[in-house]
Amino acid sequence: LCTRPLSHVTGTSRCSAAGRCTLLPVSPDQQRPESCRDLKPDDVDDVTDAFCPAVSRGPIVQFKLSDIGEGIMEVTVKEWYVKEGDKVSQFDSICEVQSDKASVTITSRYDGVIRKLYYDVDATALVGKPLVDIETESGSEVIQEEDVVETPAMAREEHTHQEIKGHKTQATPAVRRLAMENNIKLSEVVGTGKDGRILKEDILNFLAKQTGAILPPTPFQEIQTPVTKPPPTTPKPVFTGKDVTEPLKGFHKAMVKTMSAALKIPHFGYCDEVDLSRLVALRAELRSVAEGRGVKLSYMPFFIKAASLGLLHFPILNASVDEGCQNITYKASHNIGLAMDTNQGLLVPNVKNVQLLSVFEIAQELNRLQALGSTGQLGTSDLTGGTFTLSNIGSIGGTYAKPVILPPEVAIGALGKIQVLPRFGAGGQVIPAHIMKVSWSADHRIIDGATMCRFSNLWREYLENPGQHDLKEQNGSLTLSGFQTHSRSHVIRSD
Amino acid sequence: MSVYVSSVVNADVWFTLNYTRNCSQLRTRTVVSCTAWICGGTAPSGGCRHKLIILRSRSTDVYQNLALEDWIDANVDLQRRGVLLLWRNRPAVVIGRHQNPWTECDLRAMRRVGIPLARRRSGGGTVFHDLGNLNLTFFTSKKAYDRKRNLKVITEALRRVRPGLDVQATDRYDILLNGHYKISGTASRLSRKSSYHHCTLLHSADRSALSAVLRPSCPGIHSNATPSVPSPVANLLDHAPTLQWEELLDGLEQQYSTGTLLLLLASPGSDSTFPGLSRTVAELRSWDWTFGKTPKFSVQTLLDLTDGRSPARSSARLHMEVKNGLMESCELDVPEDWLPRPLSAELMNSLVGERFCPHRAAAAAAALLRTESGERQSRLHNLCDAVVSVMG
Repeated sequence: LCTRPLSHVTGTSRCSAAGRCTLLPVSPDQQRPESCRDLKPDDVDDVTDAFCPAVSRGPIVQFKLSDIGEGIMEVTVKEWYVKEGDKVSQFDSICEVQSDKASVTITSRYDGVIRKLYYDVDATALVGKPLVDIETESGSEVIQEEDVVETPAMAREEHTHQEIKGHKTQATPAVRRLAMENNIKLSEVVGTGKDGRILKEDILNFLAKQTGAILPPTPFQEIQTPVTKPPPTTPKPVFTGKDVTEPLKGFHKAMVKTMSAALKIPHFGYCDEVDLSRLVALRAELRSVAEGRGVKLSYMPFFIKAASLGLLHFPILNASVDEGCQNITYKASHNIGLAMDTNQGLLVPNVKNVQLLSVFEIAQELNRLQALGSTGQLGTSDLTGGTFTLSNIGSIGGTYAKPVILPPEVAIGALGKIQVLPRFGAGGQVIPAHIMKVSWSADHRIIDGATMCRFSNLWREYLENPGQHDLKEQNGSLTLSGFQTHSRSHVIRSD
Repeated sequence: MSVYVSSVVNADVWFTLNYTRNCSQLRTRTVVSCTAWICGGTAPSGGCRHKLIILRSRSTDVYQNLALEDWIDANVDLQRRGVLLLWRNRPAVVIGRHQNPWTECDLRAMRRVGIPLARRRSGGGTVFHDLGNLNLTFFTSKKAYDRKRNLKVITEALRRVRPGLDVQATDRYDILLNGHYKISGTASRLSRKSSYHHCTLLHSADRSALSAVLRPSCPGIHSNATPSVPSPVANLLDHAPTLQWEELLDGLEQQYSTGTLLLLLASPGSDSTFPGLSRTVAELRSWDWTFGKTPKFSVQTLLDLTDGRSPARSSARLHMEVKNGLMESCELDVPEDWLPRPLSAELMNSLVGERFCPHRAAAAAAALLRTESGERQSRLHNLCDAVVSVMG
């Protein structure tokens, strides 16, 4: 390696060009070494010990584990960030080692390709011994930390370039040199390299933009890297997409089985529209009451409660058939599932025993499930035991849908979005109405169209006239009084 | 002693300073409340002359404070100055860089009481943070990394505010009170050119909460992760009942920088003051960092199986290999007469490649249970619950 300090030429680092020294014009009294055979053993830095074979395009450099300080002689390798064959750049993290409560990130001093890792994870690495072998590119420069500090004249100027808004710019000395020679502040250049690193192309782009022309190559460039092409203009997005294959795992894998079983059920669909104008008004009234108790009230608690009231009249929709369709089990509890869009996918937690709950209590339970769902914390008890499902796809969008029944249930409803649409009023005038579409699917082996239709009509009736229905059953109506009554005298569910 | 505050105007003018003179609160102190952070900029006027800067974090969010440490490490020029960061968090458990959260703390108990888990970038063992636990981070260049010197600042400060207090730093870089109780633990991180050494200082931590969460989530985990070394601990307040928080901080700050110092209050919530901080916060909160960075480990345990319908019982052997927080392999040995092999195999199969996380497993299990019924279903349900409970 040429060990002539580069400050005599330009820049601050030692030249580490392997093979032929291809650097700048030297002052006449300096001798350019023919090859790294001129290397004297004493010139080698204590910390890095590099050797290069006489003839090579990319010399293999043994990167040794540098001194950690405090007299520490050995560390444990905890994690490798690279593997053999990986390309690394200067400053890239290579591995994480630990010594006596200190976690140390070892970064690369070279650009190149990793050729050998000397230790496995959990092995003990020795300070001063080789850690990795890196095949460096010819012409790449080695950063030697000590040098940057040693040449004072350059260092201070470089500092002003290095610190932008408190953010240390990553740029190799060659790049910094180029910027300096062209009077460019590194803070003004956008880095496109890794971690926002400024590359040579970025400087050239910046220059091109400034002058609006292709710059003639500076003498520096002429000798080191002949410019064969003009600086690139704004790159057009190139589609380099490749097909990606990955195995299904976890929940998605399990859902394949569920959905395959679901398709064995002969589905039939039934759709309708519901006028929610009165419900919209009622909810607006009740919202502040609920919020006063710390509960967020959406429309779902009403849809769920109405479904449960309907199931009391049509229990076959809350049933289950066995494998060979021999027996039908009418489930006592209305555990109404709610399809929830989480970061894992579509999960269906259910509200247990809706037949015992008031609208307010359903809202509370929904809040709890939604909080768990959004943090990915739903447990098996929340996700199992459902008997009937509602999917509020309308919260995202859509009108009509064709939902798929979730075994072992026999029916499901998909709710579209609520739209304000023109409808005819009692006196024949056009009035705005809050309309929501509903799409039911049911198991045709045990449920017929008429049953589904009647259930849907009843459900619709509860929602269209929330103030008027007064049932003889214990649950009462959906009115304001029903809403409050239950919150005072609610039945305690056993979990 | 007085605090000298300089107003630094950098050529780029990317920060401003708001002064608040808060003499009544802090006696002769002048505290500068920063809306932007002073960083190693070289101003035309000669720059910020302070070689030692003290920062008090206003945040009590563990992720924001850890991210702030990262930020200072990456963005402040530590070659020519040192920084001391003082911070504390609302209750949280913080594990070391290379530790295994499932062996170090009871994740279920923490979830129940809402105590979050964070993995820091430095090595060392598990700590319980709360508002009675002071954290100090000493930032220096890698060359100036000296843990003994830093601990001396603490012990000298404590002796100054309470002469006669028996505090000693040990070879393991702990601080012992009365030669017996640990009041401070240490961890550090070394990067390319910079380093930081942080330590705790127990002033008035809730010791009962500590012992409730610092125990394993589940049995049967075999790993080479850094284990924590448990020690008897004590609070400073128990042995020096008049030592208030503010007095402790004052004493430490004065010991750190004899002479003029710059004291700043940092609010790490805003990205405009600390650009890029919110990205680090998001990374520190992520599952991939907190759990995914666990060194490879294996789980070997025996599961108790019941029916829910009959008094019948059985047991199954479970063996999992977990790498990067993902289940690389799952083997479940369930007696054939308890549950048909294909069923338990299906459960295991659906878990391979998935996160070692009880919620992920619960979702997969719930989907599988839909297609079963009767006794098979209740037994499979029980098996699923047992497997899920192993995951914390």
